[in-house]
Amino acid sequence: MKATVAVRPKEGILDPQGEAVRGSLRHLGFDVTETRVGRLVELELAATDAEAARAEVERMCEQLLANPLIETFEIQIAP
Amino acid sequence: MTARAPRPRIAVVTFPGSNDHRDAVHALDLLGAEAELVWHAEEELPRFDAVVLPGGFSYGDYLRCGAIARFAPVMRAVAEFAADGGPVLGICNGFQVLCEAGLLPGVLRPNASLSFVCRDVALRVENVDTPFTSRCEPGQRLVIPVKHGEGCWTYPEDQLAELEAAGQVVLRYEPDANPNGSLADVAGVANADGNVMGLMPHPEHAVDPLLGSPDGSLILGSLVDAARGRLAAAA
Repeated sequence: MKATVAVRPKEGILDPQGEAVRGSLRHLGFDVTETRVGRLVELELAATDAEAARAEVERMCEQLLANPLIETFEIQIAP
Repeated sequence: MTARAPRPRIAVVTFPGSNDHRDAVHALDLLGAEAELVWHAEEELPRFDAVVLPGGFSYGDYLRCGAIARFAPVMRAVAEFAADGGPVLGICNGFQVLCEAGLLPGVLRPNASLSFVCRDVALRVENVDTPFTSRCEPGQRLVIPVKHGEGCWTYPEDQLAELEAAGQVVLRYEPDANPNGSLADVAGVANADGNVMGLMPHPEHAVDPLLGSPDGSLILGSLVDAARGRLAAAA
């Protein structure tokens, strides 16, 4: 199975990278009011069951892929 | 004549990507310790009286700074040493590793400016009752250089008062001298037991007046004292 994990800066956490990107987009003439920059992790899993895969990826997020103090994660599972 | 003070042994852990380990060894030796490099793949820390995690970019700082290094085999031994009450000091990247390993509260994020900052900063000592600041005076001003891109210490704001009350905020940047946007100007923070501390400034680069400030020797000298105390207690 394939899993895609989107790791995002938590709500309320200052995201200087997002701010810098927003500034550049505005410089290009785009009217952007907010930009948040996160990270996308793509995984290829041996698991064949979607629920088991999701549970496994959740543990990966908790143990390594995201830091709960500053980040949230969202998991998508595909065959 | 008194007998020469025994030289306590201090481990300086080296990860792939560490770059301040030799400076740390030099500074600790200068201050009366017998410092020794310990490779990250080691699974044990025999006979050491203190541990230093030095600065650098362990494992390329992939994912988040310090996030990969915490899985190094030596980190289990560092955690056991800390649980046994041994003094552990993390400098810069070492601070980041200790936070990711859960041995210290909080996490270090990219500087608010997004710029790498390399300059002397003024600090204030907030707690002298630690193995890392015992040579300092309460409120003492120290000048020690920083050099980092990810030093913005972050912690849930509603839980900060608890840390402050427990004396875990050990070092703070002076007002208007915060180089990275850290919460409450925190520069150095300790664990609840007080035997593990991390700081972003580099005391090992400030032990000789010839190179600017000697104030870093107060931090590392305190650690050498604590290590010597542990050595004496074990004897």
